[in-house]
Amino acid sequence: MADRNPNAAGIRRRERKTLLVGLLFVSPWIIGFLIFQLYPILSSFYYSMTNYNLFRSPEWVGFDNYTKLFHDDKFYLSLYNTLYMTIVGVVPHLAYALAMALLLNAKVKGQSIYRTIYFLPTLVPAVAGSLLWMWILNSQYGILNMALEYVGIAGPNWLVSPDWTKPSLVLMGFWGTGTITVMYLAALQDVPKVYYEAAEIDGASRWMSFWKITMPAISPMTLFQLIMMLISSLQYFTEGMVFAEASQSTGGPENSLLFYSIYLYQQAFSFLNMGYASSMAWILFMVVMVFALIIFKTSAKWVYYGGDK
Amino acid sequence: MMNSGSAVSDNLLLKRNKQKRAVKKAVKSSLKHAVLIAVGFTFLVPFAYLLLTSVKSIDEIFQIPFVWWPETFYWENYANAFQTIPFLRYTLNTLFVCLLAVLGELISAPLVAYGLARIPFKGRNVLFMIIMATVMLPAQSTMIPLYVVFNKLDMVNTYWPLVLPAYFGAAYYIFLLRQFFMGIPYEITESAKIDGASEFRIYWQMILPLSKPALVTVGLLVFLFSWKDYQTPLIYLNEPAKWTLSIGLKAFIGEYEVSWGMLMAAAAMFTIPIIILYFFVQKVFIEGISMTGSK
Repeated sequence: MADRNPNAAGIRRRERKTLLVGLLFVSPWIIGFLIFQLYPILSSFYYSMTNYNLFRSPEWVGFDNYTKLFHDDKFYLSLYNTLYMTIVGVVPHLAYALAMALLLNAKVKGQSIYRTIYFLPTLVPAVAGSLLWMWILNSQYGILNMALEYVGIAGPNWLVSPDWTKPSLVLMGFWGTGTITVMYLAALQDVPKVYYEAAEIDGASRWMSFWKITMPAISPMTLFQLIMMLISSLQYFTEGMVFAEASQSTGGPENSLLFYSIYLYQQAFSFLNMGYASSMAWILFMVVMVFALIIFKTSAKWVYYGGDK
Repeated sequence: MMNSGSAVSDNLLLKRNKQKRAVKKAVKSSLKHAVLIAVGFTFLVPFAYLLLTSVKSIDEIFQIPFVWWPETFYWENYANAFQTIPFLRYTLNTLFVCLLAVLGELISAPLVAYGLARIPFKGRNVLFMIIMATVMLPAQSTMIPLYVVFNKLDMVNTYWPLVLPAYFGAAYYIFLLRQFFMGIPYEITESAKIDGASEFRIYWQMILPLSKPALVTVGLLVFLFSWKDYQTPLIYLNEPAKWTLSIGLKAFIGEYEVSWGMLMAAAAMFTIPIIILYFFVQKVFIEGISMTGSK
């Protein structure tokens, strides 16, 4: 008895020391989190309740900004434009990347060369890539409409017609799916071969094995990608800013490229409506949380985690 | 005799079957290649288009019918891009920001990742989950208060807001490095621990030297991110002399929209350095990217 107490104290002391050392190692992140994330997100809520233009101190207005926001046509328009990119863009891009990964996963010679080729476009900076696509999509001299004309289709006025500006961006997005393809490929290569062999012995078709083996096995990757793509689509910014240059405006033709982040940026840094922009920032935060929550909640039904890990 | 005869014909049959299968396999694999090449083509054509347009004269660019290959290479586009925008200046600015950000992330992220991966302190799993959850925080939600703070500190129009956050570790890189550190066998560090080496010494002298591939990957990812970033420099850098390539090039689009050859030359010069950099570290990098996919 007398022995155990000092022992327990020793363990506790060692535990405390481990805790201290551990916290020391992670302290950069904790400090960064407090300064660059927690403080800003909280004070952003405060700012959203004020009128603030950087020069005069914030003036409390309660929920006025939110009320104004709900009567702002541009707010709804920018929300629509952004959700368009989420709904029309994310799933096709994800499916396309998966299809490419499946193709690459088939045992073919030169896999690494193909992989490099598919990956290259993701290295191109958004500003440079969008500029290139502005030229590709140029209705008169661009290569895409020339190709379409060659097969007898009159290409649309991609960057000028308000109906086509967002489809242009979605189209360009396919070009930049290489990272997802590479990560999907890694996930596919992790699926144990024995599963497929067993399925083949049982007479399952390729189609069946894809839905019953491949899809469940890579579902954690699908979840991860879905969340990341969703978040980045809700923050869509740079490409929209560049494409709008084709019509020499912020927001593009009939504001069809006025994405949520662009409108927020405009309110904050062009008009210095920091309070109003903060209320937009908070609504964005909520939208992201709601989307993430929906995906996580439903994920229990379609994401499978291997038992062994 | 009879026996051996039937064996021969059996063998022949087997051979023919084998051949048939080989042919079928060859057809199948060439079909796969055809699809892969066709798709690869759609990925590469825009690059070719970029490079070829960048060496065309204005006349050729607007020529109908369209010509792929320029008659003479019009390198003046590159010279013009260099003169019209302060390209060298922007490149140096961008490099400066990139290198400082890489340095910061390589100091901070491995430290945090080591703590999470190899020091079994209480609550580290909860902490890790919180760190991963912050990935979902949209940048726009923190942007304004951060701007207000940097403005009060008189740091707007300096590079501080662009590089300072890197010195505190970003979730994604912490995640990558944690995965890597957890994969290093514990036996390697066990004896050093028994000998009384401090955690920091183990980290510095054993773990870090073993983690070069992961560190290269993170370094490259940070570099890429800073090189491409548009929004942060746009918010903080007002003075054109301080601009990075992203905002420099964007400002240039509105003004010189007709001069597509020059714009393409500028875009090419903006892109080629990272493609070269990528090819240098490709092998390690693909490994690193794939690592994220694993679990």
